[in-house]
Amino acid sequence: MRPLGYTRVSTVDTAVAAVGADATSTFLAGGTTEVDLIRLGVSRPDVLVDINSLPLKEIAYTNDGGLRIGALARMSDVARSPEVTYNFPALSQSLLLGASEQLRNMASMGGNLCQRTRCAYFRDAVSPCNKREPGTGCSALDGLNRGHAVLGTSEQCIATHPSDAGVAMVAFDAIVHTVGPSGARSIPIDDFYLLPGASPDVEHPLEHGELIVGIEVPPAPSARRSLYLKFRDRQSYEFALVSVAAAIEVREGRVADVRLALGGVGTKPWRARRAEVALTGGPATPQAFANAAAHELEPASPRRYNAFKVPMAQRAMVRALTRAMNGGA
Amino acid sequence: MSTAVGRPVNRVDGRCKVTGAARYTAEIVLPGLVHAAVVGADIPSGRVTAIGEERTRAADGVLSVLTHENLSRIATQPPLLPSLLGTAAPGETFFPMQDDVVHYAGQPVAIVIADSHERAQYAASLLDVTYERTDSTTTIDEGRAAAYEAETLFGRLLPARNERGDVVTALARAPVRVDVAHHYAANHHNALEPSATTAVWYGEHLTLYDSTMGIRASQLTVASLLGVPISHVRVITEFVGGGFGGKALTWPHVTLAAMAARHVRRPVRLSLTRPQTYTSNGHREEQEQWVSLGATKDGLLTAVRHEKLSVTSPFDDWAEPATGVTTQLYACENYLGFHRLIRGNTMTPTFTRCPGESLGVSTLEVAMDKLAYATGVDPVELRLRNHASVDDRGNAWSSDGLEECLRTGARRFGWAQRDPEPRSRREGDWLIGSGMSVAAYPVAFFMPVQQARVRIYSDGSAVMQSGTQEFGTGSTTVMTQVAADGLGMDIRDVTFESGDTDLPNASASVGSMGASMVSAAVHNAAVELRRQLVAMAVADTGSPLHGADPSAVVVHGSRMSLDDTAGAGESYAELMRRNHLTMTEALGSWTPPPMDTPHGLLTFGAHFVEVAVDPELGLVRVRRMVGVFAPGRVLNPKLARSQLMGGMLWGMSQALLEGNQMDPRLGRWGARNLGEYLVPVNADVPDVTVEFVDVTDTVVNPLGVKGVGEVGQVATAAAVMNAVFHATGRRIEKLPMTPELVMDPPDTPA
Repeated sequence: MRPLGYTRVSTVDTAVAAVGADATSTFLAGGTTEVDLIRLGVSRPDVLVDINSLPLKEIAYTNDGGLRIGALARMSDVARSPEVTYNFPALSQSLLLGASEQLRNMASMGGNLCQRTRCAYFRDAVSPCNKREPGTGCSALDGLNRGHAVLGTSEQCIATHPSDAGVAMVAFDAIVHTVGPSGARSIPIDDFYLLPGASPDVEHPLEHGELIVGIEVPPAPSARRSLYLKFRDRQSYEFALVSVAAAIEVREGRVADVRLALGGVGTKPWRARRAEVALTGGPATPQAFANAAAHELEPASPRRYNAFKVPMAQRAMVRALTRAMNGGA
Repeated sequence: MSTAVGRPVNRVDGRCKVTGAARYTAEIVLPGLVHAAVVGADIPSGRVTAIGEERTRAADGVLSVLTHENLSRIATQPPLLPSLLGTAAPGETFFPMQDDVVHYAGQPVAIVIADSHERAQYAASLLDVTYERTDSTTTIDEGRAAAYEAETLFGRLLPARNERGDVVTALARAPVRVDVAHHYAANHHNALEPSATTAVWYGEHLTLYDSTMGIRASQLTVASLLGVPISHVRVITEFVGGGFGGKALTWPHVTLAAMAARHVRRPVRLSLTRPQTYTSNGHREEQEQWVSLGATKDGLLTAVRHEKLSVTSPFDDWAEPATGVTTQLYACENYLGFHRLIRGNTMTPTFTRCPGESLGVSTLEVAMDKLAYATGVDPVELRLRNHASVDDRGNAWSSDGLEECLRTGARRFGWAQRDPEPRSRREGDWLIGSGMSVAAYPVAFFMPVQQARVRIYSDGSAVMQSGTQEFGTGSTTVMTQVAADGLGMDIRDVTFESGDTDLPNASASVGSMGASMVSAAVHNAAVELRRQLVAMAVADTGSPLHGADPSAVVVHGSRMSLDDTAGAGESYAELMRRNHLTMTEALGSWTPPPMDTPHGLLTFGAHFVEVAVDPELGLVRVRRMVGVFAPGRVLNPKLARSQLMGGMLWGMSQALLEGNQMDPRLGRWGARNLGEYLVPVNADVPDVTVEFVDVTDTVVNPLGVKGVGEVGQVATAAAVMNAVFHATGRRIEKLPMTPELVMDPPDTPA
């Protein structure tokens, strides 16, 4: 492992100042992904600024019935807090279906949203990879791409975003609050994740030294009966082949509100807007669900080993919508 | 008369393992210890054209850099032989860093030695190796056209082709014919403890602390490669964190550690990193298998053809022998089995748990399931009809038990209630199916004489020693039990020591033979020492047993007495103290039957599995597994059950999860860590029932032990495959059966 500097800070301002002033430094929260990447030689900071002492661990209702989650709240705490399990079950379920209990006890919510892809070519620190070393090419395009994305891809990158919680957050229109060298701002989560396009190395619209301080989840009437389904090769401790966050409100047989997001198939946590638009105002029938799901996957770009994700994602969406309509998981 | 054998005794080393007191090889600290990091080739084929060492040598703590330019040459490369033979047993006949040629990705091209593990790893990452890449072959698809038929397997021990009768004609004339063509992904061992070696030279004498399933193999292989006398090499292994075959043979890193220690004149520890374990100790090769069966309308076999194609290394003809059971499990006059190989840019594949037969018998047993459907004969009944009463040479089984395994398993599972119609049972989103298979594994007498030594001290304690090794199977515990019974002592008074080549000779614990061969030597040593002490007592005028008939003396709890004379007797300790004997010892040995012993030699079992399949999403969940086995005498049912259950779960994993795939462009394995190479987690593990069928075997060894290491995994995958067919009506022809293979195609009616 490369020699590393380490420093600990106790306020947001000193954290932002410390990292902002040193281009070779980075924040360290739970470390459950970052330390791996440093060991693998994929991430190569010279200094780690440990932010675990920052007072960013709250989990609370906002005045309007939404949620405010501190960036350093641990996954396990958020998953089991009554505010989350009662009003946003899909978020709780997405957290509990991710990683392992040991990891969830360490991993922070801010870090969870910033997870890096599990693409083996990105993580091996050797293969050509535009995300790790821009301009070297993408080994996954014609390589072992079973786990890779079919939505939001580019010719430069097809890496899947691995977060489960991010999928639920995208479905709920969460807002990411940050503080950076240029001050504080709020970023809608869908904008917080960038498509790879021509620059897959840039994953978020953050400047160097900009720190996530909290995540706000606005209230949504359908969220209380939301659910998260995750399908994968083994039954625990494994990333999704396909996952779905779903919430649906049906009035008089018509879809009044629907929220649908996909994991495991997109280069970012994927809000299924095409399907939502197709469903809204229409009948809540299996055929309508199937049509909407097919419509969502129309722009998909399957590759040699991940083509199965297209039908799998469609079927998973239909199942998630059906269950959500019938009252949850 | 047995008191300890057959009881579910807890592991005698359990406490020190769970409290962390047990020290594994990479935890051995020696004065002046330094650390070696291996640099593996990034390319699968070509040459090293330059090695820039400047930054590495400048890094903190670096002592030396070894490459093909300065590493000493090996003395004699021994041939590849299974370590069960008790000979030198290199995993491959290629030794790295002797020239600039790269044969496979991960092949060691340099070793960096530094004063800490972390500094050695970091300095190794700074090494600037440049390569000239040439074309490579790493998959069956790339090499199919260049496949050739192997003449022999296993270091020429076994013929690669076996034939009797006329299989072509018999298949052509068979009223019923079924064919199976399967592709099986490569498997890796993934022992929790990556292999490690610590080497220390005392003058001309070398001691190796090695994480191995065969200390003798390490000793003999390293002595040969280094050209030093065998007596100068001592190998010690106290605890090993799993092997599964990956530590059965001696791989290059062991000798490299010794070379590095000699070079820097310090003790050197070489620990493989997790990614390096995928390219340093072999693997189960990518393979395809074909089975064709011809049968009468009643399902009686008239022809069996079994072919295997697999990838081996550029230097060794290695294949898991896939047909050792197919040739003899079922009575059939016309048989052909053969193996074809592709030379590829991988290291030499190796034993991986349940070598050969896990997939060989799986292929056969899926074909038998097809035959059951083709003939309308119940799958269990079909096996009973065809089970041979003699082996392929006409010899009766040393012990059988298959029929009872099948009947007991069927009863425990509730097989009779099964509707054989595929896709006939649904529960919500899930289709339910069940399948079965026969398991059988050869008992192979490849090993030389096995030895053990036992000592009794005048305080009443005893130590049994043998140069075997404990790698997690529980051998220390069962040998303590066998020793205690043989001596007539309480298990608490007996200690078993192993894991040191200075101890009496035993072979590597492989091929399901560890418990049987070592228990035989241990038993014989114990019985011999008891005989000597009883003889001493009856000859001793001071003994209450003076003048007694030695054959009438029994020993319980270390006390010798006449079974029909209450009260008359004395303990070993009393006898020894009166005779001023501090310690007395005996050697025991066991000579295995000859390899051509006139008996059929298989260990039998049967699997029954229930699965739930989500046909829309392709998910398979194993709900129940019942395994019934006839492994001869069971020394410790608790440990035997764990071994068999572990095998069954690995078989399930082969069916559903495990597999590594080459990226042929890069010539590298796709998965090189436990995040990407999937093994089951607890959530995947179903309700598992393991049962034993009692069979007495007077042929295999004095205690009648046939071994439980492999048979639990034989054809378990087939039972799962057959169950998935029963659930869905679709035969999946590839392992692992991942969701994309299992899910219904888009046009399937619900």
